[in-house]
Amino acid sequence: MSSLVLDNISMRFDLPNGDHVQALQDVSLDIKSGELMSVLGPSGCGKTTLLNIIAGFLAATEGKVMLNDHIVTGPAQERGMVFQKGALFEWMSVRQNVAFGPRMNGVRKSQSDPKVDHLLDVVGLQDFKEKAIYELSGGMQQRVALARCLANEPDVILMDEPLGALDALTREKMQGLVLKLWKETGKTIILITHSVEEALLLGERLLVMAPRPGRIHKEYRLPFAEMGVGADLREVKHHAQYNETREEILNMIWNMEEEIMGRTEGAA
Amino acid sequence: MGTIFVDLSGELKTLFLSILGALPFFLGYVALILLFMFIWRFIRHQLTPAHDYTSLKTVTFGDESAVKSDTAASIISVVLIFVFWGAFTGSGWLPSPFHAPGPFTGEGRFTYTVEASDGSRADATVFVTVFEKGQAVPEADIDPGSGPAKNDSLAVQVYRSKLLSWDANDEFKRKDGARIVAVDGRPIDRRTDVETSIGRVALTDKGTLNFEPGKGWQMEDIWLPSPDSVWKRLMSVGRDGYQNVTLAEHLSYSLFRVVVGFLLGALVGIPLGYAMGLSNWFRGWFDPIVEFMRPVPPLALIPLVIIWAGIGEQGKIILLFLAALWIMAIAGRSGASGVQISKVHAAYSLGASKIQILRHVIVPNSLPEIFTGARVAMGVCWGTVVAAELVAAEKGVGKMIVTASKFQDTDIVIMGIILIGIIGFGIDILMRMSEKFLVPWKGRS
Repeated sequence: MSSLVLDNISMRFDLPNGDHVQALQDVSLDIKSGELMSVLGPSGCGKTTLLNIIAGFLAATEGKVMLNDHIVTGPAQERGMVFQKGALFEWMSVRQNVAFGPRMNGVRKSQSDPKVDHLLDVVGLQDFKEKAIYELSGGMQQRVALARCLANEPDVILMDEPLGALDALTREKMQGLVLKLWKETGKTIILITHSVEEALLLGERLLVMAPRPGRIHKEYRLPFAEMGVGADLREVKHHAQYNETREEILNMIWNMEEEIMGRTEGAA
Repeated sequence: MGTIFVDLSGELKTLFLSILGALPFFLGYVALILLFMFIWRFIRHQLTPAHDYTSLKTVTFGDESAVKSDTAASIISVVLIFVFWGAFTGSGWLPSPFHAPGPFTGEGRFTYTVEASDGSRADATVFVTVFEKGQAVPEADIDPGSGPAKNDSLAVQVYRSKLLSWDANDEFKRKDGARIVAVDGRPIDRRTDVETSIGRVALTDKGTLNFEPGKGWQMEDIWLPSPDSVWKRLMSVGRDGYQNVTLAEHLSYSLFRVVVGFLLGALVGIPLGYAMGLSNWFRGWFDPIVEFMRPVPPLALIPLVIIWAGIGEQGKIILLFLAALWIMAIAGRSGASGVQISKVHAAYSLGASKIQILRHVIVPNSLPEIFTGARVAMGVCWGTVVAAELVAAEKGVGKMIVTASKFQDTDIVIMGIILIGIIGFGIDILMRMSEKFLVPWKGRS
């Protein structure tokens, strides 16, 4: 059973002026295989830093990240990334982008081609396989990013605001796609978002983080992701518990923001 | 210090005055542009009223997307240049009604009035023949006429002048105190010239007459040859060469230097730029060198390169290598450091190694910057090679025009300048086309 364990992660770095920033403090998490977790928090709460530490782009100053019982020291294909935008390779076609991971790992074209085709079908890009990236809309580009990540068969998929740059309608469609992929592939997914609604819809577990120092403020276990699979997401939004939780989290974040503002004004 | 200021302000004043003198021509040209604009708009309005999206915009002033290069304006502008050029050089390509008034040729006459020391006056006529260059005409036999002043004859080549010793056949002599007081009935002295219908008559310090046939408004060949004579020169030089070197040889030497120098510069500069874009140490090591060398114009290196490497091919190629090197290094640097971190992160997360990231992410991602740099570098190299050939070379298009200027073959100079322009433009077009082909995603992500 593969699982992702964050063991007392802290991150602290010095600023040029001699001050230091405590970006994360004592973050501990145990994420089981196949869990879908969304992370929410006001800006500056260290959620992207946390994701970068899990991905292996940053080293934590204390604590360790363990995946399948080995310690994470750098980026590797077992932990796939989906970025907000701009991470696709414009000089490659849609198919070449999706085939990038297998190609880098020396998988023969004849072996990876069926998988690439299948993934492009799954994300609904069967008619755009040979198109250039710049010919696609923002939503389609994110579909390519999802397919590219899945082509490498990672254990964990890390998403850094993957739908943040999309318009509301496209975003809703893509949320459905993320749920579908989660259910079909059974991957562990950690998704960072700014949107409370998205965190509620796409979080089996929902983590609210607080800033200064970045830490876990509260954790929820929610039924909406399971409800949303194959269903109309707008139906889910009419659920009473959904609205209740949303109000609660909005208030929580609102208060955090107020506190930050107050502190900054007090300092100034 | 003070004298520098005085000198420079003097220069500034001269410059300002000549600009002021050119102002009417400039304003006239602007008026012409506007005139053609209104004419063309009127014609187009009459012909096919446009119904595309842009035509429906009410705000076009300041709307960048509504401003396109008007093909008609481009055509009229280029044609007009040739019309002006032809009109003021009497080109055979242009019907003669369009020509500016040319120099006077043929036969004419003027009269002069001599006053002897005793105050008595006499008139005589000068019969003038103005002949074209290269068809020397002997002085015509004329009837000397009666009276103390005898008629003279004068043959002058167009654009030249000639002195007339009017008293050689007269009874009134200069040594007896006789002097000319009027030409064509208008008073003349050393300071006042007389403009006749066929040219200007002046009185020299020694009392002889100096006749200068009317020049009209056209340019002499030595200043500005007509477009058809430039074309003829292009044909003849293309066929027979100039000073034992064919035109193809001149051009291919110049192009060879540019291409080899640029390729060497790119071959060294791009990897250098990548190293600077990817490593702190290399960035720190080469930044002072590159940032210092980049603003030094390559032309300033010509004397040093000649001292070190002589005027042969090696020196030229070193110069062009240096011209391209810094530009390409900076292009490589900004290309390599301009890669979005999310692309690199994504590639690492997909299992790519450092070499694979360089090959599949950083290099292709830097291509747009490299191409921009290459276009600039090619332009600079082309300019530099011509200048280097002007200074010292055995062959090359720059060498050709500087030799031609020494022999006052202005048509070859102009032909060379036009060829240099066309080739430079052609290089840029070629670079743009290959950019479109190789980097189709540029500016579209």
